[in-house]
Amino acid sequence: MKAQRAKNKARRARPVVTGFSSRAQIMREIHYRADELSPAAFAYILVLPAAIVMFGVVIYPFFYNAVLSFSNMSLRHFKDWHIVGLRQYEQVFKEKIFYSVFFKTLIWTFVNILFHVTVGVALAIILNRKIFGKALIRTLLILPWAIPQVIAALTWRSMFNYEYGAINLFIAHFFHMTPIEWLGKPFEAFSACVITNIWLGFPFMMTIALGGLQSIPQELYEAADIDGASGWQKFWTVTVPLLRPVMIPAITLGIIWTFNNVNIIWLVSNGGEPSDQTHILVSYVYKAAFNLYRYGYAAALSMVIFAMLLIFSLFFLKRTRASEAAY
Amino acid sequence: MRSKVENKKSKIINLLLYFIVLGFTLAVLYPIVNVFSISLRPSDRLLSTSLKIIPTDASFHAYDVLFTQTPFVRWFFNSVIIAVVVTLTGVTLASTAGYAFSRFEFYGKKSAMVGLLVTQMFPPTMLLLPMYIMLLKLHLINSYLGIIIIYTSTALPFCVWQMKGYYDTIPFSLEEAARIDGSTRWGAFTKVVLPLAAPALVITALFSFMTAWAEYVVAAQVLQDTSLFTLPLGLKQFESSMSTEWGLYAAGSLIISIPVVVLFLFLSRWLISGLTLGSVKG
Repeated sequence: MKAQRAKNKARRARPVVTGFSSRAQIMREIHYRADELSPAAFAYILVLPAAIVMFGVVIYPFFYNAVLSFSNMSLRHFKDWHIVGLRQYEQVFKEKIFYSVFFKTLIWTFVNILFHVTVGVALAIILNRKIFGKALIRTLLILPWAIPQVIAALTWRSMFNYEYGAINLFIAHFFHMTPIEWLGKPFEAFSACVITNIWLGFPFMMTIALGGLQSIPQELYEAADIDGASGWQKFWTVTVPLLRPVMIPAITLGIIWTFNNVNIIWLVSNGGEPSDQTHILVSYVYKAAFNLYRYGYAAALSMVIFAMLLIFSLFFLKRTRASEAAY
Repeated sequence: MRSKVENKKSKIINLLLYFIVLGFTLAVLYPIVNVFSISLRPSDRLLSTSLKIIPTDASFHAYDVLFTQTPFVRWFFNSVIIAVVVTLTGVTLASTAGYAFSRFEFYGKKSAMVGLLVTQMFPPTMLLLPMYIMLLKLHLINSYLGIIIIYTSTALPFCVWQMKGYYDTIPFSLEEAARIDGSTRWGAFTKVVLPLAAPALVITALFSFMTAWAEYVVAAQVLQDTSLFTLPLGLKQFESSMSTEWGLYAAGSLIISIPVVVLFLFLSRWLISGLTLGSVKG
């Protein structure tokens, strides 16, 4: 092995170059130089471009945001801002609206994830059986994931229109009920956002669950059949435990995405209408920053949201890892 | 042996399940059909309460107006330019960084990987606000460059993880063999590993492209000049004046969605394997 390496090294040894005649030669020279670097140095060079971008566009703004959160920057104090300590954080926790918006965010996340996972897993289980037109149905069911979120949101908004929206027309036509004022009332408008997001989000969970189901060995079900297990028992003793490790990372990611989903709320309720009653935390920050120009306050609230998600993820991952070890 | 009664019961259950799936499929399809039908309505009957899918007097009038009397074509090109640049940078940066994370040991590797994950928890406003203020100060508001920079960074962490996950499945021995045959390190990466990672590259490209193609909340702050609008901003403008331009909105959304939807469905097989790999290895 060692001899072989030495031989290779000799073969790869740099030919003596007297001046660069072509671009190809320069490139070759660079490649040989790269080979003389230590592996770690080579790795640093590969990571460098991405690292520069991440530093300029993520890390630096992150710290800039942290500084802003301690400042009084706003439209009025755009150039002459200064550090005011924890005043913005105080303001965040002092305003009552924070608690109601936080509560709505929790409901938003919980209801969405609940439906995404139950609908997604249920459809995956059905699609995993032999049914007619399976490939076509599966492709069609992925559509909401493929459609750009903005378009889905605006389309659903138009379907919730009081007079001309398809949903009220359906309600009136098939159920003979009075039309619902979807976008004009807080509860209805919030429900409209939730419905839209459920529609958008279940294909992701379904896809992940399908992948997980296909990796469960068929023998386990056969063994359960021999033991005389019912379909329900098989579901709880074979499917659920084996699907868990696949679903948990997807659910963690789903929770973070849903918690942070400013698109749907903003576009379906048109920026929190009616009268800022439909906000979740991120849409509320977006409004505070870009419609009300409360930069310092928005920066502080962003930090609070980030802290919440970070703590949640650490706990959630730790707990699920502990339970995985128990299996 | 199963009894006849039980057989019949399972048949009924199967049928029931089938109807559930069909119900969901219809619910998925209806909004798309609805948009299509609005796009075909003649302009004097946009606000119709009929539930017909092909409206009476269906016409492609809205499509005609969209291309000839609105800045739609301009917006389309804006979106294409931004999305293509973001895709190219995204793929380049993610494929090299992902390779380093997959193959080499170096100081700070682990914390960098965790750091990339942590960025996924940033609320969208957390970087947008400081970026917006920075762009204001650098006079990059209302420029392609500003928005391209932001989009590249949003997609990058996920893309790097995705690429690393895929490289991890390519056996190390392939590069060793290439090296023994006299290939350089860079040659082993670009000529041996990169072609094998084609599916992951395609997914990374798709993901970057979709991030840039149909993004609204960032674009709404950074691009304020109508001639620089990307497609989502233009659509939102149609939507705001619902009564007059509903047909334009519908026709526009179909045109915007079709390319990405087709690409997505075509590539979804790879997407699934990429995602599950990432989660298992993660």
